[in-house]
Amino acid sequence: MSEVMPNLEGLLREALAPVEPPADLVKRLESTLTSITEMAADELEAWELSAMRDPRNWVRPAAALVAGGAAGAALVVLRARRRTHSSQPSLAGVREVAGRTVRDLERETRKLLGER
Amino acid sequence: MAEQAVSQKPKAQLDAEFSDLYKAHLRDVYSYAYYRIGNHHDAEDLTEQTFLQAYRHFERAQRESDGRPLRPWLIRIAHNLAANLYRDRSRKPASPIDETTLLMAPHTTEQLVEGRDELSRVLEGVGRLPDDRREALIMRFALGMDNREIARALGRSDGATKVLIHRAIKQLEEIVGERGEGTGRTATPAGSANGSQAERSGRSGGAGDE
Repeated sequence: MSEVMPNLEGLLREALAPVEPPADLVKRLESTLTSITEMAADELEAWELSAMRDPRNWVRPAAALVAGGAAGAALVVLRARRRTHSSQPSLAGVREVAGRTVRDLERETRKLLGER
Repeated sequence: MAEQAVSQKPKAQLDAEFSDLYKAHLRDVYSYAYYRIGNHHDAEDLTEQTFLQAYRHFERAQRESDGRPLRPWLIRIAHNLAANLYRDRSRKPASPIDETTLLMAPHTTEQLVEGRDELSRVLEGVGRLPDDRREALIMRFALGMDNREIARALGRSDGATKVLIHRAIKQLEEIVGERGEGTGRTATPAGSANGSQAERSGRSGGAGDE
């Protein structure tokens, strides 16, 4: 170690003691970070809406619709089969099956599109 | 399924993890900025810019870090921003380090007079080191970083960093020795050789003044 200052490393540790950031900086920085995280979420949502105007971004929803359509068709077939095994379908019964299928199809499509 | 929920969850998680990183290392970044630049005003700006930039690139940094600590990455951002600051201003640090920390560091009464003189000489010596050596010492002694962390922050190998720190201490010994002999141990505040008094006394409530 140094002959001039035998404990130079100790002195360095003392001289370069960590400096606490000023309270106003902490407050300002935290508020800035909070607002940019919120802004980022809003921007993300805004992007998702605006992105739908660009046909290049329609692939995923289209695929979801196709998949949803297939799922819906499968549901109709399943329900139709179930009904043929039970009683004779009335007109009201057919309407009810179709309505339920449309609602289920809508729900499945939303799921595939990533909506809640 | 819900793809949106999947994409939102990592964002919320990322934000929470970034918040942890911020809390854990705010003092490190501020200390680095302060010792690197030498005044509180610019150190605050640098700290703010560092965290804003870190937030923008946090996801990628996490992905590329392979679970290693992100402190060197944060300090590297601060290091690059500080370099840009000096480049933009086309000058060396105006006041490498003021004396605020001498007042903040714990001292006994007997140590105060004699100790302050020694610490002032050390701080002044640190301020006179070349940038890379000064930074390595700040990272080691102010932030307590090990060689590997410093190497990552400076973009050097572990071996080169070890040599850098060794040379920095050697050079500091020489500088401190010269000052002790040359001035009869009349220590001047760090940075007064090339710094402006106005900048030092800015936010430190006069702590940077003699």
